[in-house]
Amino acid sequence: MQAGARLGFILLLTPLLLWLTLLIIIPHIDMLLLSLRERVGVGQYATSPANYLTFFGEPLYLRTFMRTAVMSVLATVITLLIAFPVSFYIAKIARGRVQSSLFLLCLVPFWVSELVRTFGWMILLRETGLISTLLQYLGLASGPVEMLYNDAAMMVGLVYTSMLFMVVPLVTTLESLDDAVIEAGYDLGGSGFSVLREIIIPHATPGIVSGSIVVFMLSLGNYLTPTMLGGKDSLWFTELIYSQFIVRFNWELGAAFGFMLLILSSVIVWGMLRLTGQTLEKTMG
Amino acid sequence: MIPSMPQPRAYRVIYTGYIVLFFVYLGLPLAVVAVFAFNDSQFPSLPWEGFTWNWFFGDARPQIGVFHERPILRAIGTSAFVGLCVSALSLAVGTTNAFLFNRYQFRGRGFLYVLMLLPLVIPGIVLGISILVFSSTVANAAWDATKWDITALRPGLVLVVLGQFSFITTIATLVISARLQKFDRTLEEAALNLGADRLTAIRTITLPYLMPAMIGAFVVAFLMSFENFNTTLMLVGSDAPLTIAMFDRLKEGSTPLLNAVSLLLMLGSSCLALVMIAFQRKA
Repeated sequence: MQAGARLGFILLLTPLLLWLTLLIIIPHIDMLLLSLRERVGVGQYATSPANYLTFFGEPLYLRTFMRTAVMSVLATVITLLIAFPVSFYIAKIARGRVQSSLFLLCLVPFWVSELVRTFGWMILLRETGLISTLLQYLGLASGPVEMLYNDAAMMVGLVYTSMLFMVVPLVTTLESLDDAVIEAGYDLGGSGFSVLREIIIPHATPGIVSGSIVVFMLSLGNYLTPTMLGGKDSLWFTELIYSQFIVRFNWELGAAFGFMLLILSSVIVWGMLRLTGQTLEKTMG
Repeated sequence: MIPSMPQPRAYRVIYTGYIVLFFVYLGLPLAVVAVFAFNDSQFPSLPWEGFTWNWFFGDARPQIGVFHERPILRAIGTSAFVGLCVSALSLAVGTTNAFLFNRYQFRGRGFLYVLMLLPLVIPGIVLGISILVFSSTVANAAWDATKWDITALRPGLVLVVLGQFSFITTIATLVISARLQKFDRTLEEAALNLGADRLTAIRTITLPYLMPAMIGAFVVAFLMSFENFNTTLMLVGSDAPLTIAMFDRLKEGSTPLLNAVSLLLMLGSSCLALVMIAFQRKA
């Protein structure tokens, strides 16, 4: 029996270790090594931080990096602000069938590829699109209005794309809040605002954190939405990585960029967990 | 705030209005994509030129429908193939992972659990390039050592499958673990008491109990693989899956053909979702 359990343990451990080492750990170490390599001659390489120096020395790279971070945080905040009242409505106000069908309706758009969703926004926002035509019809605009290819369009797309990942954890945590607790808050003389601030939001914190982490990650790593909806000035950091790898074939610099993106996302996720006293196991698992 | 609390009428009206607006926002892009699949024009935009089925069944230029457009059909096939491979692999590894974390207490368990969650917080594009870099390193080393070019390690479907598998497995593990945690171990012990050996007990008692979660994990994995873009973009070779093929077309300018493909995708994934919900309800 003891030997059997041990064999079973080894059989179950092997796939996990193979997956994590071969597809996650070693590739990232290899990427780090590549990013620390500099081409000094034909087929000759030396270890140096040159790629990182290029990154910090070139204003375009650094600015794009900072911009991507700030815009992703902004997208996360907007998503949270839009999703919170909706989640509260689904979890606490809607009842029975309405509740479950509203929840299901929230999920529907996300069974469809991100490409289709972005395409939908392109049809709506472009110069010959629906909103432009509607504005002209209403007499609010004298000619076609181009609403695509700017930061606002990109933000609309980013928020849309990640909405589900905010709504689901929020609904789950809000549902577990007992109505009686909210009523008690009012009975003790709390106003709507103080009940929200002192009872509902603290209770929903795990949901807010896990939703925010996922939305932030998705925005930061997004390539499609900034490329299709953003303009010439809304360069996204993933576009730089793509162009170094696929267009310029400068893998060393691309790997350094990839690592910077990884560091940025890890720092912000870690910071968010630390600030709210949550752990990765609790918020994701 | 909640129904048992009296609220001013205006507050309720505004709140309900907000919810309605939200769902309009959610539905509008998809509705627009679906409607313009039937526009009898070269562009998926206004003016409306009349209703047509040509973007589905048309077989003559300039309106070649989805069912006669070979590159798109091939891309759908590629995506389905990749999706099945990824779901099968991640289902297998997800199940073993779930059993490992549920049944064994060992040193480093907590650490491995966190490591298992990490792929969810690594941007997809970084996962893609790291696997690309590593596989090229291995392929180059093999070429230098033996002059044997391992084509599987060059950008192509094998790498796409591995790249998607690397993070979808985490999701499969979480879905299956959630159900395994609710399993009553005494049922398994009863089977052992009745003379079954361990494997028989797991095969006849535990796995049937896990089946809804496993089907759920399979469907979710398939859909995630089918619509994955970021990781695939970095690893794709000459056989483009559907999202990449559509992206290439969209960059060149769109025709209602893309709307037609999108509408079919929507129908396909809603069917899958319904099947899954039906299964979960039965369980």
